[in-house]
Order: sequence, then structure tokens, then C-alpha cells
Amino acid sequence: MISSRMPFASVVVPAVLIAIAILVPILHLSTGTLPTYAVSLFGKYLCYAMLALALDLVWGYCGILSLGHAAFFSLGGYAMGMYLMRQIGSRGVYGDPILPDFMVFLNWKELPWYWWGMDHAWFAFPMIVLVPGALALVFGWLAFRSRVTGVYLSIISQAMTFALLLAFFRNDMGMGGNNGLTDFKEILGFDTGADATRSALFSVTAITLALAYLLCVFVTRSRAGLVIVAIRDAESRARFCGYRVEHYKLFVWTISAMLAGIAGALYVPQVGIINPSEFGTGNSIEAVIWVALGGRGTLWGAIVGAVGVNFVKSWLTNNFPEWWLFALGLMFVLVTLFLPKGIAGLLRLGGIDAFNRKSAAAEAGEARS
Amino acid sequence: MSAVSVDRPARDPILYLDGISVTFDGFKALNALSLLLEPGEMRAIIGPNGAGKTTMMDVITGKTRPQKGTARFKGNLDLTRHDEATIARAGIGRKFQKPTVFENHTVFDNLVLAIAGPRDVFSTLFRSIKPRQIERIDAVLETVRLTAARDRPAGDLSHGQKQWLEIGMLLVQEPELLLVDEPVAGMTDLETEATADLLREINKTRSVMVVEHDMTFVRALNVKVTVLHEGSVLAEGSLDQVQSNERVIEVYLGR
Ligand SMILES: Nc1ncnc2c1ncn2[C@@H]1O[C@H](COP(=O)(O)OP(=O)(O)OP(=O)(O)O)[C@@H](O)[C@H]1O
Ligand SMILES: [Mg+2]
Repeated sequence: MISSRMPFASVVVPAVLIAIAILVPILHLSTGTLPTYAVSLFGKYLCYAMLALALDLVWGYCGILSLGHAAFFSLGGYAMGMYLMRQIGSRGVYGDPILPDFMVFLNWKELPWYWWGMDHAWFAFPMIVLVPGALALVFGWLAFRSRVTGVYLSIISQAMTFALLLAFFRNDMGMGGNNGLTDFKEILGFDTGADATRSALFSVTAITLALAYLLCVFVTRSRAGLVIVAIRDAESRARFCGYRVEHYKLFVWTISAMLAGIAGALYVPQVGIINPSEFGTGNSIEAVIWVALGGRGTLWGAIVGAVGVNFVKSWLTNNFPEWWLFALGLMFVLVTLFLPKGIAGLLRLGGIDAFNRKSAAAEAGEARS
Repeated sequence: MSAVSVDRPARDPILYLDGISVTFDGFKALNALSLLLEPGEMRAIIGPNGAGKTTMMDVITGKTRPQKGTARFKGNLDLTRHDEATIARAGIGRKFQKPTVFENHTVFDNLVLAIAGPRDVFSTLFRSIKPRQIERIDAVLETVRLTAARDRPAGDLSHGQKQWLEIGMLLVQEPELLLVDEPVAGMTDLETEATADLLREINKTRSVMVVEHDMTFVRALNVKVTVLHEGSVLAEGSLDQVQSNERVIEVYLGR
């Protein structure tokens, strides 16, 4: 906000995303160069990128290391899943016009109250942000007010996602138990399996990611962004400056949870399923690794990290499946040891200072530290 | 040199501490400490290491809760009941013993963070600072001699410059009472002298409480001195008076 100069990245990232939002459907639908599975795979990467962006906002900028972001991602995913389940209607195996198959199977007679309204997009779509947002608000209010920080916060965020994992595994939770929600047919009246729908979902994901990125740019470059980084670097000093640290933390934490929720919601129709394993603690940790690899504290770094790591993951799990976990661990160790600022830091050391947040001098200082 | 005891009309003291006790695991860091600061006064606090000077500032700024005692700001704000942010907003600014600036932010942005104004999320998110505030920051940069370092990250500054930046942050925050913990640690003689001048200048419009070990500096301030020892006040008066006090010589100056 201080310098009027827009950093290079805040123009390039949205431009690239919009370009692929246009190009991928063309390559997929008109020329057929891109197979459908690739479109969905890339769409999935972009959802992960959005999760990484959300995590970077709280961790990279505010110093809150969340090991529970999979919870917000999955809740957004389940909200979308519930909507998609209700779109199946009587096309399910049991042909019940209202009850999803798994409820009929469990001999349930009526729809639980928390499923009400989820058949309407106008109701279900806001839930994608409201449910993770509400959970984040309550969790954050309790944690930040009591000044829970550092590793303690990481642990309780992990406990939160683990508790949800166990809850969603139970059949009487009414969320499909360990099978989760799947066999989707339609989204907003379009066939979820159709190529055009796949392409459209991809484009929507890319554009949403661009908007999410711009939102994060706005937040981090505002004066509130200065406060957030100040809290990360010297929390108690920020208090003595008169800032109510818990309010700022609650703000970024809740925004971040909502972004994670949207990422989860876009993910579900593209992979075709949401089940409790998405709450898995490993997922939250993997997201931390993406951000660390990409370079925390740079928004584009988080995106690059998520896409890059998942690209490698797809390739390895196809070719050398037994090597994936070793490779992930190795990447993490190497980056922690040699590239504490991730790929973003590497580019900066190489003299590319165009991704500046503020002044060139500031970057030089960061690179040095 | 004479004691500086100024006659002022009767009004609430800007700072009122009475019978403050702070215990850490059975160790009494402050022991029934009582101290009074008049509006507009500058007071120097001296005392050996561990006397409780920093702890006293922690109590005043809401960082540490005393087990016993009364602490009031301007007669009405109970300092034992509010958090750091509320107390800072009420008008008490603090410079830490170990210089604490926001290292990844530029010198300018450090001052932006400190400058007086609304501090809620909504305001900082949607309103940028006003041209008038930028002018004020640039003026303060001039005062604390950091104009040349304006756009450098604060982490790059020398120890002495960080001390000055922190004083600059206090200045733009416009508190009524400044608590300054060891401002000249790590400064050259010239810088020390300049800091004394600066504090005297600040004191024209604000109340100041300054903790310092450097006696040349305390002498240059030429204000009433309070000697702390083992968590309570040992002596009070002009520097000459306290320096000739037997008990003070025994516990502190004579070592
Ligand atoms: N959080 C704490 N927990 C335990 N003991 C503490 C704590 N803070 C301060 N103390 C102890 O209280 C005593 C007073 O400390 P304080 O920092 O107030 O002294 P000081 O007068 O500022 O000393 P110095 O001149 O070294 O800065 C010291 O013995 C210190 O070890
Ligand atoms: Mg001290």
C-alpha cells in the first residue's frame, strides 16, 4: 500500500490463471489435445493451490502454523457433496427422490435437518464458506483469546481435524460414513461427467483461484497486512502498539478457512467423491509442505509449491509408487536445509527481484536474513 | 544542580502505583512498590540489575498482573484490569529494553504501524494512511535521524539506530506517557547525548519515565531520580541527593 508500484507477481499470476481458464477448455473441447482426465487432474492441482494459498495466509504471513486446514477444505467439500447428492434425486440405486442411497441403505425414513435446503444451490453454496468459516471463528476465538500460539496451536488444530475425521467416519453422522458422498450426476443442471462440464469446472476453479489470489494480495498489501506480518515477527510489540492481536489473527484465520472451504468445494465435483479420509492429518501436513517448498510468505510461491509438488506426486505415484513418500520427505528436508524460503527464495537469490512485496531494499534484507 | 520539583496545580497524577507486588515462583520481583508521576514530569529510574525496573514497566503496560496493589493511569484507568492493547490505546507507549522493531518491515512501515489512529481490522484493511500522517512520519524520521534509512528493512539497522527507530515509533504513537527502558544501551557518547536532548524535547509535551544505568545520561536529563532495589523504592530525589544516600551507595553505586 505504501509504494504505488504493483508487484510483478500480482499481475502475472491472475493473467496466467485466466489464460489457462480459456486455453484448457479450447485444448480439451475443440482440439481434443487434452484428455478429460488431465483436465480434472489439473483442476485438482488448482484446488490444492488454493488450499496452499489459504494456508500461506495464516502461516506465511501471520505465523500461525495450522495442521488442520484439511478440516476446512473437507467441510467445504462435504457442503458441495451434500448439494451434489441431492441433485441425484430418484436416479439413485434405490430410486428414492429425497433420500440419498446411503440413507435408504441405513433404513432412515427422513432427511436429517442439517440436510435441509442443501438441494438448492442458493442455500448450499453459501454453506461452502459459512460452515468452515463458523468453525474457524469459534476455534480461533477460543484459541487466540487464550493466547494459544506456536506448537500448541498446531497440535490443537491437528486434533480438530482428527476429531472431525472420526465423526465423519460414523454412519449415524449422516454423511455417508467411510464411503462418503459419491455417484454424483449433475451440478447446476449439467451432467458432471460431460466433457463440457469438466472444462467449465476447470475454468471456474482457475478463475476462483485468481480471485482468491487477488483477495490475498489485497489483504497482505493493506495496512492490516503490515499488522499481520508484525504479529508474526513480534507479537507482543504489536500489542504494545495498541493492536488487538487476537482480532487480526481471527480475521486471517477465518478468511483462510473460507478459502480452504471453497477449494474443497471445487475439488469434489472434479474428483467425483468426498470421504472422511480427506480430513486425514496427513493431508494437512502435505499442504504445509507445499507452502514450505514454494516459499511461505509469498502468495505465488504457495501456488507454485502446491502445483509443483502434486505434479511430481502424480508422476511418481504412476511410475514409482513406492517412492512417493520418500521423495516428499527428501524434498522437505532438502528445502528446509538449503532453501528456507523455498522456490520463491531461490528465485530472489538469483537476482529476480520483480516479485517484490515492497521495495528492492526490503527484499535484499529478507534474502540476506 | 538542584532537585527538580516543580509546583503544579493539584490534579491526578499521570501514573499512580501503590503497594504493587509481583511474585514469580515465590521470588518477589516487586515488593510493595509505590511511585507517583505528575503530569508532564520526566522521571529517571535507576537500580541494580534485577531491581524490578522492567517488571514495573510490565505492570504499567498490562503485560504482567500484580498480585497486590493499585496501578492507575490519569486517575481513572485501572492498569491491573486491562490488556496491553487497551493500555497502549489509552496513551501509554513503551520502548523495550532490548530494541524491538518489526525487522522485516521498512523503517517507514514501522512508523506507519505505530502512528496514532484507529487500530481495528476494518480501518487498517480499508483505509490507507493520510498524507498528513506521511508528513508527520517524515518529520519524525528527520528527528530520529533515519531519513536516509527510510525504505530499508528495520532489521538492517545498527543497534543504536533501532533504539532511535523505537523512540520514533513512540513519538508518532503520541502517547501521554512514555516508558523508555534503557534507551542508550549500545550507543556512542554522541548518540547518548543526542538521545538525552531528544527525551528532554519530548518531555516538553509528554510525561516520560526512563530507566537507565548510564549515569552520565541520567545526569544530562537533570530530573528527579527514583532508585529501585529488590522491588521497592530505596530513595528518591535529585541525582546528587541519591548518589550521596548511604543506602544507595551500599546497594548500587558503591559496588
Ligand atoms: N517472567 C519472569 N519469570 C521469573 N522471573 C522473572 C520474570 N521477569 C523478571 N523476573 C525476575 O524478576 C527480577 C526483576 O527483573 P527485572 O527485569 O524487572 O529487573 P531490571 O531492574 O529491569 O533489571 P535489568 O537492569 O537487568 O534490566 C529479576 O530477578 C528477574 O530474574
Ligand atoms: Mg530491565
